[in-house]
Amino acid sequence: MKVKLESRLLGANELIAHNNRNMFSSRGILVINLMSSPGSGKTTILECTIQELVKQIKIGVIEGDLYTDQDARRIEQQGVEVVQINTEGTCHLDAQMICHAYQKLDASKPQLLFIENVGNLVCPAEFDLGEDLRVVVISTAEGNDKVTKYPLVFRRADVVLVNKTDLLPYTDFDVEKVKNDIGLINPSASIFLVSGRTGEGMEAWICWLLQQSKNKLLSMNGTSYLQMAEGRK
Amino acid sequence: MHELSLMQNVLQTVELSAEQHHICRINKVKLVIGQLTMALPDSLLFAFEALKPGTIFANASLVVEEQKARCQCRRCRQEFELDEFYGLVCPQCGNIDIQVQGGDEMYVDFYEGE
Repeated sequence: MKVKLESRLLGANELIAHNNRNMFSSRGILVINLMSSPGSGKTTILECTIQELVKQIKIGVIEGDLYTDQDARRIEQQGVEVVQINTEGTCHLDAQMICHAYQKLDASKPQLLFIENVGNLVCPAEFDLGEDLRVVVISTAEGNDKVTKYPLVFRRADVVLVNKTDLLPYTDFDVEKVKNDIGLINPSASIFLVSGRTGEGMEAWICWLLQQSKNKLLSMNGTSYLQMAEGRK
Repeated sequence: MHELSLMQNVLQTVELSAEQHHICRINKVKLVIGQLTMALPDSLLFAFEALKPGTIFANASLVVEEQKARCQCRRCRQEFELDEFYGLVCPQCGNIDIQVQGGDEMYVDFYEGE
């Protein structure tokens, strides 16, 4: 007997991610999935970004690491709600982990949710978490070849942050080559050059992010107005 | 990629469906894997062989069909298949504004059993 299935291999994760996305959208929360290799500066960028935004917008953070709550402690000092997920060896976050972790943040009603994924350029790219934007960080100290070596994560990115621009004079990192490499596999990705350490270039990224959050709120209000209007008919 | 956990998903999905169809022995499972997913067919086959002993898949074979990404240039409308993952460039006019259709597939097509 032959049974036709056509069932997706990551179907279970995709279903939960879809539910997460609906839940976040219904609350007007902009969700950012921050991915990079270990040591490229995700947490430092997050600290900088939160420092600028914390007075304007309610922020929640989910930290993903294999072990320890060091990152969560760092972020907590910025005065925002943080939940740490320890994957204990698993190399990526999945939609179920986000669903559980968010329950602890819901009461604080964040408008902007950052998810700092496990430092890894391979596996996190595969797992939809229900985010709005995939932001990939690449640092100038990592060399020129990351985009070509790990194309999947860059192909699916909405934003690429090139971090540690303050180290450019000391490396042979070629910004134009990397921009060109990203353009070849993902021409629509926005690219920002930043330094989490000196704050250089952070303003453009933060303005852009704030605009995205406003758009998200508007789209939610738009929908609810539409639903209300339809309800009256 | 996560070929082992992907394969665990495959076996679970098929097992569940087999139960509903009162099938207790699987002979063949067919997967379709798109080139852009970067899942490796060899690793999937290895994972299948490692997981199947003592299960309803013990005597089953696995067939993996690889699906190339199909692309169309938005400028000159040239259609082409992607040879390498890297570099979405139109082979005819060199344009990089390319529409990609397919290549992201990753699913169990069918299984056979009795």
